[in-house]
Amino acid sequence: MQLTVAVSGLNNIDSPGPGIPVIRGLRESKEFDVKIIGLAYENLEPGIYMHNLVDKTYQIPYPSSGMDALLDRIAYIHAQEKLDVLIPNFDAELFPYIKSEELLKEMGIKMFLPTLDQFEERHKSNLPEFGKKYGVNIPPSKPISTISEIDRLYPEFEFPLLVKGKFYDAYIAHSPSEAKNYFTKISFKWGLPIIIQQFVKGTEVNVVALGDGNGKTIAAVPMRKQYITDKGKAWSGITLGDESMLKLTNEIIAATKWRGGMELEMIKTIDNQLFIIEINPRLPAWVYLAVGAGQNIPEALVKLALGKDVEPYENYEIGKMFIRYSYDLICDLKEFEKLSTTGEL
Amino acid sequence: MRLKKNIAVSESGFIFDPTSGESFTLNPVAMDIISLLKQGKNDKEIQKSLSDLYDVDEATLEKDYFQFLFLLNSNQLLENE
Repeated sequence: MQLTVAVSGLNNIDSPGPGIPVIRGLRESKEFDVKIIGLAYENLEPGIYMHNLVDKTYQIPYPSSGMDALLDRIAYIHAQEKLDVLIPNFDAELFPYIKSEELLKEMGIKMFLPTLDQFEERHKSNLPEFGKKYGVNIPPSKPISTISEIDRLYPEFEFPLLVKGKFYDAYIAHSPSEAKNYFTKISFKWGLPIIIQQFVKGTEVNVVALGDGNGKTIAAVPMRKQYITDKGKAWSGITLGDESMLKLTNEIIAATKWRGGMELEMIKTIDNQLFIIEINPRLPAWVYLAVGAGQNIPEALVKLALGKDVEPYENYEIGKMFIRYSYDLICDLKEFEKLSTTGEL
Repeated sequence: MRLKKNIAVSESGFIFDPTSGESFTLNPVAMDIISLLKQGKNDKEIQKSLSDLYDVDEATLEKDYFQFLFLLNSNQLLENE
């Protein structure tokens, strides 16, 4: 089956987007023969120049440019390429795509995204309510919008605590002055609010999963980061055989009727309690580990987007590892020039 | 206490805990102890086997054996019987 799939998140850098791992999964599909259309924000996103993975790339406007600008651009790309499926991979772009899902469907472009309610209720600032509603352990957290609120966190919060951006970035602060520094740094980059979350001591573990929108888990693979970069990203990781993580994932997907890809970030304490620290409403950059372990989640996501029945994966290989590496692509200036001037490559 | 059932031990002395993702390497003595633990031997039986295998006095053997068990336990590789 020939399919044209548009994918964003081609920034395969030291803090990588999920685009390239998603494409690798799709390229390995035994059911589809895919033409990949890259959607890029910046002209130096490495995926643009990976011609073995991305057939053609179009620059698209930032979500901050407004929904109309984005939809106009997608309509133009669709007129050229006849897109079957679109997979947005950035947190910041999900809102406009979720709002436009029906409109894009009418144009013939299918997606498989969380509903707006699902997207909103798992926001970092809404996590405590999410925990209460679904009976999930969440570390105490609250959104703050002014730096002076940091002085009033005690005794509700104790140091160390986490200072988080609404979309990205998280730092451990051991004192109010450190917390204020991080507040300034993160708010400058990602805006307000800033999320304060109580630090929970334990091991950080993650699950990549896919929900069918009716409460069924189609795929789920737990992982522990083995090597973490100074940006907090996994440079290597290993699949786990942890039933408690899978059980919690299934419970969350069943209770929320989660639709689409997700990443659950958890802390496992020394007494084996699991705390959810973040729910990312999209596939993570390490999703290719799940493909390597036997669950081709990008392929299953595309099948769900096309309205096909998908049998849940029941197994994966435990102890499968990934190790990232950096690689210097050599590119011709003419390619960079073409993308920079025409917005297409 | 016994070795957790799901712990994978290879012949080369590599231990993998699939629940935590942690891995460890064993020296030959530790491999012997793990092998005896997996056979379900108790502390006395294991110490007897080790004293047959190695030239070691009883006090040193007992001290080193329980230190190793403590190490296994602190790495969450043991469970209650």
